[in-house]
Amino acid sequence: MTCCCECSKEKALDKLMRLEPEKTSELTAFIDGLPLVAGDVEKNRGFLVETLHRAQGIFGYLPVEVQQVVSERLGLTRSEIYGVISFYSYFTDKPIGRYKINVCLGTACFVKGAAKIVDELKAKLGVDEGETTADQKFFLGALRCVGSCSLAPVVMVNNRVYGNVTPDMVDQILADCED
Amino acid sequence: MRINSLEALKDYKSRLCGVSSGKTSILMSLGTCGLAAGGAKVADAIRAELDKGLSGKYEAVSVGCMGLCYCEPTIELRDEAGRSAIYGHVTPEQIPAILAAGLDGEAAGATKVKRTWYYPEEEENKDGVLQARIALRNTGRIDPEKIDDYLKYDGYQALGKVLKTMAPEAVSQEILDAMLRGRGGAGFPTGKKWQFAAAQPKGQKYMICNADEGDPGAFMDRAVLEGDPHSVLEAMAIGAYAIGADKGIIYIRAEYPLAIERLQKAIKQAREMGFLGKGIFGTSFDFDIELKYGAGAFVCGEETALIHSIEGKRGEPTFKPPFPAIQGLWKKPTVVNNVETYANVAAIIRKGAAWFKSVGTSGSPGTKVFALAGKINCVGLVEVPMGTTLRDIIFGLGGGILNNRGFKAVQTGGPSGGCITTKNLDTPIDYETLKSIGSMMGSGGMIVMDEDNCMVNIARFFLDFTCDESCGKCTPCRIGNRRLYEMLTDICRGKGTEETLEELRTLSNVIKDTALCGLGQTSPNPVLSTLDNFFEEYEAHVKEKRCPAGVCTALLKFTINDNCIGCGLCAKNCPTGAISGKVKSKHVIDQDKCIKCGVCQQKCKFKAIDKK
Repeated sequence: MTCCCECSKEKALDKLMRLEPEKTSELTAFIDGLPLVAGDVEKNRGFLVETLHRAQGIFGYLPVEVQQVVSERLGLTRSEIYGVISFYSYFTDKPIGRYKINVCLGTACFVKGAAKIVDELKAKLGVDEGETTADQKFFLGALRCVGSCSLAPVVMVNNRVYGNVTPDMVDQILADCED
Repeated sequence: MRINSLEALKDYKSRLCGVSSGKTSILMSLGTCGLAAGGAKVADAIRAELDKGLSGKYEAVSVGCMGLCYCEPTIELRDEAGRSAIYGHVTPEQIPAILAAGLDGEAAGATKVKRTWYYPEEEENKDGVLQARIALRNTGRIDPEKIDDYLKYDGYQALGKVLKTMAPEAVSQEILDAMLRGRGGAGFPTGKKWQFAAAQPKGQKYMICNADEGDPGAFMDRAVLEGDPHSVLEAMAIGAYAIGADKGIIYIRAEYPLAIERLQKAIKQAREMGFLGKGIFGTSFDFDIELKYGAGAFVCGEETALIHSIEGKRGEPTFKPPFPAIQGLWKKPTVVNNVETYANVAAIIRKGAAWFKSVGTSGSPGTKVFALAGKINCVGLVEVPMGTTLRDIIFGLGGGILNNRGFKAVQTGGPSGGCITTKNLDTPIDYETLKSIGSMMGSGGMIVMDEDNCMVNIARFFLDFTCDESCGKCTPCRIGNRRLYEMLTDICRGKGTEETLEELRTLSNVIKDTALCGLGQTSPNPVLSTLDNFFEEYEAHVKEKRCPAGVCTALLKFTINDNCIGCGLCAKNCPTGAISGKVKSKHVIDQDKCIKCGVCQQKCKFKAIDKK
């Protein structure tokens, strides 16, 4: 009979170590470097958001094992960590494509026709907003204002900014994403 | 090198300024927009040209945003006497000609841009220019990565002045006397906030900078952080001295990587010179600043939500009182001020409250930075004295409407604001007047709209935003805004009735009265202001099932006019086979089959498809 607390299962940290040894060491080293105070949950919680930022930077997303490791190290419950991840749009618990295409849907981009760009990308990629293509190459998302309103409408691919985008430019933008 | 007294700092400054290189500076605008517009290539071309033998005459300086976003990449030539020439839309190819022409000649083919601002701290407004730069005084003219550049323009002297010559109470009083009001939108007197926190018993207190600039269409905080990070650090230290805090936190969006990098550098430099850290200016005052990153939640611009986010919780707001100045971060007294508010502080301390009040209106002294965007010729950042009219901003500084279209409305205050129409173009704007005409200051985004924008659709856009960003804690905001959004969607799809319009107004007022925080209380503003100003447009949607601006696709009808030569291209591309006709004769669209995708209009080479 298995125990309901999952104690018989492989520990999250061990599993993560087995699958992604380097990334996992990087994360644990980061957490070990934080000035955590044993027993002071309130103060330690203050490091949660930056830990998640780092973890997502390392793993690309926040799988349940990563959440579990963070929960153990910071002394917070998993539900609390999931609560934070689901609250902030920057965090995701699903793997996303290598090329993150984000169309800015801020006001300036909207009045200058950003919706048409989204439609064109949806048609070209065959995915909806917030989804990744089957080959894990492209993720299509929307952003609320990157603050480059003079270039509206704006599309960001990873850290590259395309300005004054028209639907005709979509092919070129996708073509720029060669591995 | 550490600076331990005001005299040492002034000495250091005069030594910096005393060294004459005799060179003309080439200020290269390399903020996020400048870089995206190709500024890096221009910078490379300039450096290459200097290497060819012009390095004795010129010096290249990377600066932040000059505010001339519409003509990026921009460069400014400026000599030590202050003579200057600004060029816009610069290409790498133009560089040799521009540098050969210098300040006296004319570079063929290059576009010169007029300077439309003056610096109230240094000069009189002789030419009657519209912009007065106080918050943006250094942005676009200093290298943000060099603390010496900041010190040349009297940097950290205000901090030295308060630490050496003023009591903490006097600092709060000076800011209160200057009537500096929160530039994040609500306009609460900054000095009051500081006094509240200062009045709390001694102990741990916090000074926070709200750099979670989330309003779509506002980018002034980014410009300040990228172009003049030290002005924010200095002001936070001044505030910390006034309230008795030793710890500062800048809460910044993760989406602003360049601003983060520059702040990190600035903090390091300030520590090295003893402007941050232990024993600042050789006094017993300790203060240090750390960065905390946002993670994409608009509601975190609300101060209680922001504090919860720093504490590592979901960024949900809580009811005020208690106000953060009494009980904030980790339940300690905390002051939260916005970036632009901080950017004004050092200038006020240096020049005094009376000087600050000589700019702007009596109820709202000083200036406000607006991010001008949308359907306008000169998109950019402008800083104008409070009390400037919208007409001066849009048609004076903004250069009028794109493609000579008609002006329809300007949206201020982001998702919390409203639309202002022609009839209020001549209202002098400050916090109170904007409220009285159904909008608000907000963080200063100004989106201009022309005849091609449908106001119902704009209201729907903002509600879509609020639904997305509502934290879900209180029912009026979570469910009420969703219902508003659905009603607006119905209207855009031709399913709205006159009762829908009544319901829209009633529900909007209920949300306004009952929502928990500022986000919810102001979220119906875009609906109410468009209902007030563009009621006939709503009526056209519900009564005649017509969208006057031709935006709401479901209400449009595609027809073929007499330009049709019968090439059949439209029929071939129509996904539903709704177009029929004989070759070389006019085709027709079957309205029952048409799904209004607009492909026919895109494909037609003869402008034969009408959309009405």
